[in-house]
Amino acid sequence: MRRTRQIIDYALTYGLWIVVAAITLLPVWWMIVVSARSRVELFNAPDLIIRSFYVQNYTDVINNRTFQGYMINSIIISTANAVLVTVLALMATYALSRYKLVGSDNIFFTTLTQRMAPPAAFLLPLFLLFTQLFAVGEGRSRWDLYDSHLGLILLYCVFNLPFAIWLLKGIIDAIPPELDEAAFVDGANTFHVITRIILPLAAPGLAVTLILSWIFAWNEYLFAATLTAFEARTITTGLAEFVTVTGTNWGAMAAVSTLTLIPSVIVVIFAQRYIIAGLTFGAVKD
Amino acid sequence: MRRNRVGWLLLSPTLIILFLVGIVPFIYVLYVGFFEWNLFSSDRAMNFVGVNNYRRLVFDERFLDALWVTIRFTFFAVISQLVIGFFLAQSLLKNFPGKVLFRIVHTLPLMIAPISIGAIWRLLTIPGFGPIPFLLQNWFNIDYNIGRNADQAFLTIILMDIWHWTPFVTLTLLAGLSALPAEPREAAMVDGANSWQIFRYVTLPLMRPIILTVLFIRIMDALRTVDEINMLSNGGGPGTATRTLGIHIFRVVFPQTDYGYGSAMSLLTLYFTIVICWLLFVSLTQLRGSRGNDGGER
Repeated sequence: MRRTRQIIDYALTYGLWIVVAAITLLPVWWMIVVSARSRVELFNAPDLIIRSFYVQNYTDVINNRTFQGYMINSIIISTANAVLVTVLALMATYALSRYKLVGSDNIFFTTLTQRMAPPAAFLLPLFLLFTQLFAVGEGRSRWDLYDSHLGLILLYCVFNLPFAIWLLKGIIDAIPPELDEAAFVDGANTFHVITRIILPLAAPGLAVTLILSWIFAWNEYLFAATLTAFEARTITTGLAEFVTVTGTNWGAMAAVSTLTLIPSVIVVIFAQRYIIAGLTFGAVKD
Repeated sequence: MRRNRVGWLLLSPTLIILFLVGIVPFIYVLYVGFFEWNLFSSDRAMNFVGVNNYRRLVFDERFLDALWVTIRFTFFAVISQLVIGFFLAQSLLKNFPGKVLFRIVHTLPLMIAPISIGAIWRLLTIPGFGPIPFLLQNWFNIDYNIGRNADQAFLTIILMDIWHWTPFVTLTLLAGLSALPAEPREAAMVDGANSWQIFRYVTLPLMRPIILTVLFIRIMDALRTVDEINMLSNGGGPGTATRTLGIHIFRVVFPQTDYGYGSAMSLLTLYFTIVICWLLFVSLTQLRGSRGNDGGER
């Protein structure tokens, strides 16, 4: 009797999770199916099987100069942002963890409010800042943050630094301060302590910070769309550009979307355990 | 004393960036909000108009409409995610072969770019070749067209958000559930409580802090959703059925270059979000405080 109940229980759990997995994967799979269809095949009945792979959707996009630029921009911006965020967060968290700084609790909390802010509310002021306030020179030699890699790299720090600091705080707090003290007694300076003691011990946490900051920057669309024009456009804005009033090349759009997805899949497979800690600011560990 | 200086030195780059790109825009938007400033108007100068922009906002039907859409969207999406997520988290408590794989699949939507999620759902729902309209037409004879039917479009953005964010709720609640002490549940079982009673009177109260944490983060994020809805419904269509505040600012206010009015609206949006978050945060910390320690969390 008890055994039958257990079997039914198992069957129900499996049934439930197979349904959940199907609901999650089928929409993504459908996108890949569309990316493999030519314009003519597009309006065939929905089908789960890819009968012939129309590679041209991908090759067209990959060989497109504009798109190559978007891809390279995205990689440059995400990588630079992730490295910058990780280095700055390591320094900041070490300072918040080891020194009794006036108002450090407030600093810690203020970083959280940055995340509450709706990005749309910052569109206009940031646009004005990037084009008007943080601008040097006039006419042709004019330099401003608008449509520059640096602008987006700095901007994404505002969203990634708070999460990085909150995530690293617990990790660095857990490293016994006696280790630094011993190193200081041996004549090391703060730079040595951070690079030789904290860095190796916090390496897994730093790797997670690096990966998650990278993917958050890679995924960002709203600011990239409003604060760039041509030079610094990213792959997400490229994806949105495919949908035009005159008609959308759905196959190519699906191909771009599939390419955009690749880093996400890699992150999910390799950093799955840390995603929740990252998204809840380290408040919930898994 | 000298060492504190090193601390500030280490902290300064972070503070400078947060100040320049995080705080300065806020102050600037506060300032511009008091002016009439439109680059397209005949007079491109900034004219001081006091609180006129804010007065205009209160009677701006499109703004209020967007606000209402945002609130409805957040409410329905977050409630559904909480219920589904709790159910799924409970089912992940027991061990079964393949659980890790199911978890990995479940986590996937969390890391996909929101704009891609919009694209995925657009491909699902396109009239003509999307599978959802096709199946609904062939199996149930329902005419499904999110380009025309406002209710269907609104329902679709909620379903999309459920698809996107339920994994977050599931995994966070799971972390909380698996950290719960087993004794209260066992004691209740010994006393003859059934599984519903255990859930209602033992698990739920113990999970309260973590449920509030999840609600806090989800509401915060749902209020600011732009990318995927913008992509799915092409800027909040049909009409304004799915135009959230974020999309309204992004697609309508921003291109109009009505900077003064837009700044006022941005600030009000910010204020509105902060008030909701603050209310949530207060209830969160008070509950934690009265419990003495943070029960559900590790």
